[in-house]
Amino acid sequence: MTESRWLAATRCELIPPREGRSVWIGGREIAIFNVGDGFLASDNQCPHKGGPLCDGIVTGRSVVCPLHTWKINLESGAVDRPSSAAGCVRTYPVQVEDGIVMVRLPLGTADREIIQDCQIVQA
Amino acid sequence: MSRLVVVGNGMAGMACVEQILKHGPKFQITVFGDETHVNYNRVMLSSVLAGEKSADDIVIHTREWYARNEIDLRVGVRIVDVDPVQAFVTGDDGSTTSYDKLLLATGSSAWMPPIAGLDKDGVFAFRTLDDTRALLARATPQTKAVVIGGGLLGLEAARGLQVHGCQVSVVHLMATLMERQLDPPGGQYLLTKMEQLGVRVLLGRSTRAIVGKTRVEAVEFSDGECIEADLVVVAAGIRPNAELGRKAGVTVKRGIVVNDYMETSSPDVFAVGECVEHRGVCYGLVAPLYEQGKVLAATITGHRGPTYTGTVQAATLKIMGVDVFSAGDWANAPDHVRFEDPGQGCYRRVAIKDGKLAGVILVGDTSDSHRYLDWLRTGTELGAQRRELLFPPPSSDAGGDVAAMADSFTVCGCVGVTKGAIIRAIHEQGINTLSQLKECTRASTGCGTCASLCQGLLRAVSPDFEDEKKKVICACVPFAEDRLRDILRSQKLKSVQEVLEIYGNGVGCEICKPALSYMLDMLWCGDHDEDKSARFINDRVHANIQKDGTFSVVPRIHGGVTSPDQLRRIADVADKYRVPMVKITGSQRIDLLGIRKADLPAVWADLGMPSGQAYTKGVRMVKTCVGTEFCRFGTQDSTSAGIELERRFEQLYTPHKVKMATVGCPRNCAEATVKDIGLVGIEGGWQVVVGGAAGKSVRKADLLITVEQTEEALEAAELFFQYYRENANYLERTYDFVERLGIEKVRKETVYAADAVREGLRDRFRKSKARAKDAWLEGQTPTHPTQFASIDPIDRSVRLLPDPRVPV
Repeated sequence: MTESRWLAATRCELIPPREGRSVWIGGREIAIFNVGDGFLASDNQCPHKGGPLCDGIVTGRSVVCPLHTWKINLESGAVDRPSSAAGCVRTYPVQVEDGIVMVRLPLGTADREIIQDCQIVQA
Repeated sequence: MSRLVVVGNGMAGMACVEQILKHGPKFQITVFGDETHVNYNRVMLSSVLAGEKSADDIVIHTREWYARNEIDLRVGVRIVDVDPVQAFVTGDDGSTTSYDKLLLATGSSAWMPPIAGLDKDGVFAFRTLDDTRALLARATPQTKAVVIGGGLLGLEAARGLQVHGCQVSVVHLMATLMERQLDPPGGQYLLTKMEQLGVRVLLGRSTRAIVGKTRVEAVEFSDGECIEADLVVVAAGIRPNAELGRKAGVTVKRGIVVNDYMETSSPDVFAVGECVEHRGVCYGLVAPLYEQGKVLAATITGHRGPTYTGTVQAATLKIMGVDVFSAGDWANAPDHVRFEDPGQGCYRRVAIKDGKLAGVILVGDTSDSHRYLDWLRTGTELGAQRRELLFPPPSSDAGGDVAAMADSFTVCGCVGVTKGAIIRAIHEQGINTLSQLKECTRASTGCGTCASLCQGLLRAVSPDFEDEKKKVICACVPFAEDRLRDILRSQKLKSVQEVLEIYGNGVGCEICKPALSYMLDMLWCGDHDEDKSARFINDRVHANIQKDGTFSVVPRIHGGVTSPDQLRRIADVADKYRVPMVKITGSQRIDLLGIRKADLPAVWADLGMPSGQAYTKGVRMVKTCVGTEFCRFGTQDSTSAGIELERRFEQLYTPHKVKMATVGCPRNCAEATVKDIGLVGIEGGWQVVVGGAAGKSVRKADLLITVEQTEEALEAAELFFQYYRENANYLERTYDFVERLGIEKVRKETVYAADAVREGLRDRFRKSKARAKDAWLEGQTPTHPTQFASIDPIDRSVRLLPDPRVPV
């Protein structure tokens, strides 16, 4: 069982509808997307050649990587296209509280001492 | 010669007169029309209201046609009385006209339901060209329009008004839209589509009164509910104009009663079209007019024999992007096959009786409506087709659909033209375009739904048919680009999301979004609603993304002529931002590679140079040679010409990148003959060449024109440039575009086009240019606070270590 924690990433209005932005948070580069009716988060690297997913065109609940048009499902992290492609992107739970986008990030074992003063929730 | 008086100058009367003329000169013909116009296509009034067609576009018979056929046309005269004993008609101008034969083609009028206050200012019918013009005059943005009647005409009127910016509500008495043509589920699909278009639909409302002092202020329903209105259109149905039939002493029930020979109860009085009642049916559609007209023409000219036995009722809703088709009697059949795809907004119901098609409803996709109509008309036994009821089998070759039809298959139901007739016309008259086919056979001149079928026949049969590549952009917005441009233009759509929601799947993808963005920018000359989310990253931040996610920056150096000061600034920027690579490009520019997104605005500010648009589908550069300035071979000042060309075109966007070059002599040092647009200096003038390529494809440019003055060369380039912007498909380079159209056609429509056409191109070019600005100015005033800036996390209290399973 991995422990995880909700972290406040950014204010909603900083990510326009149908666009993404990257945020360095908790030692990771997370891409957060405003998909119109909510927000989704994943690692910012495309599993293909590491392209910045946050700069891709959002299509529904997927994003198309700007480098070689791999299409990544932002809910499951699966690669929608090319269909033959292996690999997937790590996605993270997101919730919005008082106009703040919160992302739940898993914690490695070494992190616990660093954040001992923070509230820890069980994943 | 005996005298024929025709009362009614509409589609039915004139279609019938056309048929009568085919029997040779039998009559001296006089035509009365109470409207002041020549005969026009009433079916297309919705398209006029929606701005898709002009009043001139829908004229069927010009004044020359009447004159050529020696028809005495009296427009603006309403016939108010008939004296059947002395055989003359009386007009509202007091004139009397004698006849030997009288043809009543008086059509029908808008039915006005019993609603109080219909006389208020602002209440309109939607039946004539004058009604349409009056509506257009009132249909201004924010006008609250209420359309009473949710049938074909009401919905078309609603959409037409809404296109002009009106806030439109459709009020319908019944619980289903178009309930005569659609079942409740079909009506629901249509309702969803109308609401997506932004038309409010109120079902099950009975209108009691139009409220207001002298002008319309509101519409009141029987339950007391009231909605505001500045404009009311009554489209509650039509009633046959049969009054003159009574005055002529012939049998009239709902309409003027005719038998299968199209005879009334009097031997000298005939009637055709919507004013007649045949076998108990009054038609309100276009197809029966033509069938009746043919039979009547035979009877009245003494060739009595052909009979009219009724028409399969079929209706098509003419709203762009809302496809609805209904035919036959789907309600009273025992077997039904249904198909629904809510995601695509598609609904189909096929009703079967005694092994034959009884009726059909198609919503969302009506592309194979002709198949069903043919089964209905011919009473085809569906044994073999039972497995293909919902969709046609995939044809193995492109012409398969056409080949499968019998020669007797009716292609154009309105005018009644069969496949056999079209093929004969193609062979005998050497027809190879749709407009020639229309001219010759009149096919596809009624409601126009058979146009694609006619195209298919031309493609299959005509040896010289020039098939245009009609590829849809993508599955999200399933329209060919030229059609889409028409839609966006006529429907006045200005944002990508709006287009996707109304004409697409509401979502869009990386293919259609940038294409639509380009189209909107081009069509509205920059006055559109820019949506960065629909743009590729390069166009969001005006730099070219590299494999590591950094960007390259190429400032514009007009004509490749730089200065020590510019070079110093470029060097300073390269130092200050530790630019990993500074490179001279193939196009006489300097590329700074490896710049972080967040540094872009500062880099641009420090450079103090405009964007070179190296990252986008737009005006790249004009490569030049030194021309007469220094070169001993130069015949023209290619450097100045190149700089001027670049200044005129810069900051504009194009379907694909546009690379240009100017050279001072045919030695072609700056490679102008392999550019999209090139100016080649010759002794005493310039050659303007277009459609060259030296990239993935290599192609020598075609000569557009040879001119003497530099200004003439620049103007020719400008015409081609704007023509390419307006007519090429997105991502179609000039070399594909020119090859697809042929240089002759390009010349004809640019440099050799009529003055007005060239002025139109120049005017739209100038409008776009007037609105265009250096994209890098967004560095100082970003369109969004985080357009370039990286986001700082709110929660910095923790630093999580990388997950060991995820490689960094």
